[in-house]
Amino acid sequence: MKKLLDWLDDRTGYRGIVYDALYENIPGGARWRYVWGSTLVFAFFVQLVTGFVLWTAYSPNAQGAWESVYYIQHEMQGGWLLRGVHHFMAQAMVVLLALHLMQVVIDGAYKAPREVNFWLGLVLMMIVLGFSLTGYLLPWDQKGFWATTVATNIAGITPGIGPQIQEFIVGGPEYGHQTLTRFFAIHAGLLPALLIVFLAMHIYVFRRHGITSRAPERRPATTFWPDQILRDGVACLAVLAAVLLLVYLPNILHGGPPGADLGPPADPPAGYGAPRPEWYFLWLFQLLKYFPGETEIIGTHVVPGLGLLVLFLMPFLGRWKLGHAFNVGFLCAAFLGMGLLTAMSLRADRGDQRYLAAKEEDQRTAERMPALIEHVRIDTRGAVALVREDPYLQGPKLFAQFCASCHRYDGHDGAGKTLTEPATAADLGDFATPDWWRSLLVNYEGHFAPFEKAVWYQQALAQKAAGESPTFIDLDEGEMAGWSRDNREALSDPRNKRHRDALAEFLASQSGRGDRQVDPELVELGRETMENLALAEGALTQSCTDCHSSFEPGAKFQESDEDNLGYPALTGYGSVAWLKSFIGNPGTPQHYGEKNRMPAFREQLTPREIELIARWMAGDYPQ
Amino acid sequence: MSPPETAPPARSSAASSSPPHAAPLPRRGFLAKLAAGTVGAIAALVPLGLSLFALFDPLRNRRGKRAANVEGGARDGFYRVTSLAALPADGVPRFFRIIADRDDAWTHFAEEPVGSIFLRRTGEDVVQAYSARCPHAACFVSWVAAQAEYLCPCHNSLFSVTGERSATSPSPRDLDELEVAVRDDAVWVKYENFRTGTSERIPA
Repeated sequence: MKKLLDWLDDRTGYRGIVYDALYENIPGGARWRYVWGSTLVFAFFVQLVTGFVLWTAYSPNAQGAWESVYYIQHEMQGGWLLRGVHHFMAQAMVVLLALHLMQVVIDGAYKAPREVNFWLGLVLMMIVLGFSLTGYLLPWDQKGFWATTVATNIAGITPGIGPQIQEFIVGGPEYGHQTLTRFFAIHAGLLPALLIVFLAMHIYVFRRHGITSRAPERRPATTFWPDQILRDGVACLAVLAAVLLLVYLPNILHGGPPGADLGPPADPPAGYGAPRPEWYFLWLFQLLKYFPGETEIIGTHVVPGLGLLVLFLMPFLGRWKLGHAFNVGFLCAAFLGMGLLTAMSLRADRGDQRYLAAKEEDQRTAERMPALIEHVRIDTRGAVALVREDPYLQGPKLFAQFCASCHRYDGHDGAGKTLTEPATAADLGDFATPDWWRSLLVNYEGHFAPFEKAVWYQQALAQKAAGESPTFIDLDEGEMAGWSRDNREALSDPRNKRHRDALAEFLASQSGRGDRQVDPELVELGRETMENLALAEGALTQSCTDCHSSFEPGAKFQESDEDNLGYPALTGYGSVAWLKSFIGNPGTPQHYGEKNRMPAFREQLTPREIELIARWMAGDYPQ
Repeated sequence: MSPPETAPPARSSAASSSPPHAAPLPRRGFLAKLAAGTVGAIAALVPLGLSLFALFDPLRNRRGKRAANVEGGARDGFYRVTSLAALPADGVPRFFRIIADRDDAWTHFAEEPVGSIFLRRTGEDVVQAYSARCPHAACFVSWVAAQAEYLCPCHNSLFSVTGERSATSPSPRDLDELEVAVRDDAVWVKYENFRTGTSERIPA
């Protein structure tokens, strides 16, 4: 063995290299304050290793990026840990960079003859920030996508060549496949290569000048191995422990799944109400709020550029009498300013209802993804199609946007927001359920009372008062309101409770909703009651089918041009097919005919959007 | 690790001003080395270990199994291939595809060709099925009518109409015959892949 190693040393001189590496002299003894550089090298090592394995599972394209990251996170054994460590080690690296920079500046390690190494360090810092900028996009989730949109548009306002820079980075005028392939090539190809080259130079020059000791006489000199390496190793282990803790934090805090967060898939046409960069860029984000219009460039380019310039000039500034004090002061002031801006940004967001609502929707969508992926499956259109075509996610949004100007949904706008203005049409939260029918049958005018606040209703009443005879749903003298009044006493009688419930159950069964258990006995009793009008005590005045066209249990709605003379079809009432037809055009002769005052939404919404609302209202989506 | 006899050449004034290493007490040196080595090894091995664990995920998980979803669904691994009426009882091999849902990691493909077979009907309800995958290296064989043999385009393996390989074929075994069931006047085939390159048939 000895002979073999001698031979190897003779041919390579490896012993000298190893000796040089391990027995670096440390005047003044090993110290904890020297560990930051080593922890950064360690962090980079972790990123290289975890990054390579992530690379083996990641697919940089617009229909595969989010999907493959989801796969890593949820399907690959240990994938969540791998991605979590990569994600949080990236954040740790930024913190360690700041600490390393502080230590170097405070110790005056940037001064001659170490100027070049200081500059190399600054270049390394910019490379690491480049890693985080490009890495943030790669999961192709909403927050990464929109933060990157902002960042690349900022690059686009660079004077002169901004638009070209932007298109060069993005890979064209639109964000998509090419953006991902380019960002990934930069993130996993160019930047690691640059980092290795500059790190090698940084370490080489560092070893050339040796460590900067402020108190070389404090303790006897020692060597890198083992004294400083022990301290470095403990520090690296502490960094690793902190990162692992961060990975587990969601689980510790609220019992959620551990690992890095993955938002819902990027949906460019849908927009996003809460784009924010990574936390260490929040100060820049906040800074932009203070530079209106064309002055934006001051916040995006001038201020950070000047800051970097001062950093690069520190070795020269440090030659003056007060230069070192200025440098230390500048760095402290810069970190303080950044901290302050970050705090202001966080504070502003905490009180911003729109931001919080957007975050909440993001969360709701992200939490919905596993159910969608399990029940609907991701096809070649990617996971974003699941989001766009899910009634549970899109129904409330569409309802809030198009229906809540008149209707309410359990008192809110469908998406959970309480509106201050009064409703002018029925609350559809329990639409076509037995509750809906009980309320409608027993208290018709109360059920539709919001009409009275509608302009059209007041106009109709005014016309009526003027002796005209407008066609509208008249809550005072309409036929259905009359039926409800005539039968109210009988239906409210506790002895008739079962018959009332049976009628409601029978009518509700028309919706054929898959998410409700129907009691067939009750449905049958309801049908009998409607036919022979007999209640336990007394009887109904009239059957539904005396006016409405007849319908049977389990009957399916079919669109037709049949004229129901203002007595809406009840066949399949509340089913997806009925809702689609009704929302599309409630004024057809089959539905309300001339009595209708609701807009025909087929003029305003696509058939797919109408279907999403209909399926959401009918509970027709995977739970 | 002992330093070499000769001191390394001095590279800078800072490095040469002190001796190569200040000799600490030997015992403390050993403990420090042990501790430094252990701590360093743990810090390095944890990320390496978790990365390797994730890297070998494909060997632990067998995903992408075909979901059966063909005309009423595949029953017990059998896929409906064609109606019996569409297959003349002339003993001539005909090429068919197995259609099924397929999962490729995160993407689900509905009703796609997932395999290729030859069907050969020789009697009223006597049907033979052969996988088109050559048992040698998984290239697809084709039926050459002129010489009444299956030919593999990769290494020229030849198989008779009943799947027996010719003496000079590189294929280690005959074509893989698949189980056939005739149900409700339709031909159902139990489609499966076998390991290539082995003389024995081992399900893949």
